[in-house]
This record gives sequence, structure tokens and C-alpha cells, in this order.
Amino acid sequence: MSATEQVINIDEQPIPFKPGQTVLQAALEAGMYIPHLCHHPDFSPHGSCKLCSILVNGRNNTACSVKAAAGQEIDVDTPELHAYRRTLVQMLFVEGNHFCPTCEKSGNCQLQALGYEFEMLTPHFVHFFPNLGVDSSHPDVMIDFSRCIQCELCVRASRDIDKKGVFALAGRGLNAHLVVNSSSGKLGDTNFAVSDKAAHVCPVGAILVKRVGFSQPIGTRQYDREPISAEAERCAIEET
Amino acid sequence: MELSAEVQAPLKIRIATTSLAGCFGCHMSLLDIDERLFELVRLAEFDRSPLTDIKHCGPCDMALIEGGVCNGENVHVLRELRANAKILVGVGACAINGGLPAMRNQLDVGDLLEKIYCERGGAAKVPNDPELPLLLDKVYPINEIVRVDYFIPGCPPSGDAIWKFLTDLFLGRMPRLDNQLLHYD
Repeated sequence: MSATEQVINIDEQPIPFKPGQTVLQAALEAGMYIPHLCHHPDFSPHGSCKLCSILVNGRNNTACSVKAAAGQEIDVDTPELHAYRRTLVQMLFVEGNHFCPTCEKSGNCQLQALGYEFEMLTPHFVHFFPNLGVDSSHPDVMIDFSRCIQCELCVRASRDIDKKGVFALAGRGLNAHLVVNSSSGKLGDTNFAVSDKAAHVCPVGAILVKRVGFSQPIGTRQYDREPISAEAERCAIEET
Repeated sequence: MELSAEVQAPLKIRIATTSLAGCFGCHMSLLDIDERLFELVRLAEFDRSPLTDIKHCGPCDMALIEGGVCNGENVHVLRELRANAKILVGVGACAINGGLPAMRNQLDVGDLLEKIYCERGGAAKVPNDPELPLLLDKVYPINEIVRVDYFIPGCPPSGDAIWKFLTDLFLGRMPRLDNQLLHYD
């Protein structure tokens, strides 16, 4: 380590960072997992899910949005933060219809994997059981709006990478929901294509590509094989 | 060492089980502990349960609840078990979030009954017998009706997960499912 290298301390481990990097980017690059859901390396930070909440010099912050600065003392893996993140995941579970046994995404779902990560045994809170409908008008992709967790990954992908602006969030607070940018509000009436980035970034089972749902059997999928934290750390090692 | 030798309980642990709005899959999973069933019956005895056919529950140490709450009878059974059991455990996805039956929660129960019984020919009438328990407007997770002490997720939880949970409790440990045993599907 050179004398000029910039370093932050995460759980008392020195982690190098490049100027301009967020804490989450620096940690993931170094193979250290910080739980996250609405973050994706290809997109600008969103800061909505709060699962990457950390303590920076004793103050609450989100790792995806706070810039790394030399000498920061950062807490990630503490029982308090763990419990706090579990509560956030529980609230996401009760706000939508997350019936894992009937969902095609089960085993590849990041929300489910984070439930495992935080040892969530029950969603605990009173369920909303929303009825936001299903849109199957598109020939290759379907949307179950009741599973959307409003991470805006599809919104960002469609706007910033596909340059189509197919998705948006409408409404405020409890009424916030995903909408499709067409006069009918149907996905089939947009120029959305299955090859779009936005068709493949949904971390839950809200946006699903048709006819591939069970091509990989339940029980053999990504997070059936290894925890989401182990997967992130392994990917970082493989990249280096 | 055999587990039964390690647990020096003079009395057997008394367990009640029931399936509310469930498919008995979790009970099948309990039976799926295979030869460990012998160990279980050395340590425990069963009160009200589909396995004993006892109809009403007496005081017991533990109640294992499979299924969500979809009708009035489910509410009565669940409350009876809660009143009698020291520890009440939600077993499986349906007890925890309503599971498959709760997929009807997006629909009006009256419309559903009309569609199923009146618009498909045949009897053309919604069954209305005093013997039939009244359906609730929604299928509820059991923790929205009574206090629940522990949960074992899964659809169903594997026999190994149920056995790990039971043995943790028998041995006085905090029940904990590691990543391989913790599944929601």
C-alpha cells in the first residue's frame, strides 16, 4: 500500500478507494459485501431501499450514496444494523405480494436472498395484500405490479441505457407505484423489447421474461446454492 | 450420544399439531424426518393432531401450526391451541404469510363464490349449510390472529429444518436455521 493511497476502514479492515467512489463501490471492488437492493453497478445511486445503511464515523448513512473519504471509520456488520436491515426487508415483504412458492423468480430473487441473509423467519408486520394487477400485453415480457419494490432499476435502465423511458414511478408515499409510459398504460403498446436492459434488471419477480420461468429447476438456482453475500464476494475475487 | 440420553427430561414433551388452511405438506415434512421419528416419540408425545385424531387440545408444551387462517373454524382452532400451548410455532409459508390460499386476497370473496359455484353450471348455488365454517374476507397469516413464538419458513420446510428446530428447543438452544435449511419456497 503506497503512502498516497486513500483508505477507509470498514469494520476495522482497511479498504482502498479511488477518489469519487462511493463507500459501496469501494467495498464491493475490494470483495467486501455490504447488503444492497436498489444499487446496480451500471446505474447512478438511487438510495431508496436503505438496505446498505451503515454508520460512518458513528452517523447513519447509505453506502451507495456517501462518498468515500480518507480515514472514515465505517460499521457495516453489527447486530443493530443487521436487525434494522431485517426490518426493512420485512416491510418490503408485507407491502407487496411476495409468495415465494408460486413465484418464478424464487431462488434468483434478491429480496428473498436478503431475507435469508438477515435470517428473516417471518415478515412480522400486517400484510397489505395489494391488488395492483398484472400486465401480460407484451409478447415476451410480463409485469406483476404487486411484486414491485420500487427500486427504480427498470426506470433507470430504460431511461439511461435503453434510451426508451418505458417505466416511471407515479404517485407519492403509500400510493407510489410503477407505471408504463404508453397511452393505454400497457407494456404491449410501447417499443419495449426483451433485449432491453430494463427487461433483465428487476431484482424481484415483478418484470419477468416469458417462457423461461422454470427452465432452471427450483432448488438449483443462484441463491439456493450460496448466500447473496458469498456470491458478491466470490464475484469480486473472480474479477481480480 | 443419542439425543434422548442427553435430554434428561422426566416427562415427555407434549406437542399439538394442526393444519388450518394448509395442504398437510408440512405434516408430511414432519414425517419426512424418517428414522428420527423413533427419537421423536421417545422425547415427545402428541396431543391434538391429525396424527392422533384427538379433536380438542389440552395443556401442552408446543403447538405446531400449519396453514393460514381462511375461515371461522380456523380462528377457533388456532385460539384453542394458543390458549393451551406454552410455545406456538408457525410452520410453513401459509402460516407465515397466508401462502397459496392467500392469493385469493386480491379478489372479493363473494365474487369468488359466485364465480365458482354459480357460473360453472351444476348446482348453481353457493353452499350455505350451518355445518360449513364461514369464510373470512381474506386468508390471514397466523401472527395476525394470535401471538406466535417461532416460525419455520418453507413450502414445506424440509424434514431436516423441522428436526433442527425441534432438537434446538429440546436441548435448550435458541432455534436457528442456517442458510441451507432456510428457504421460503
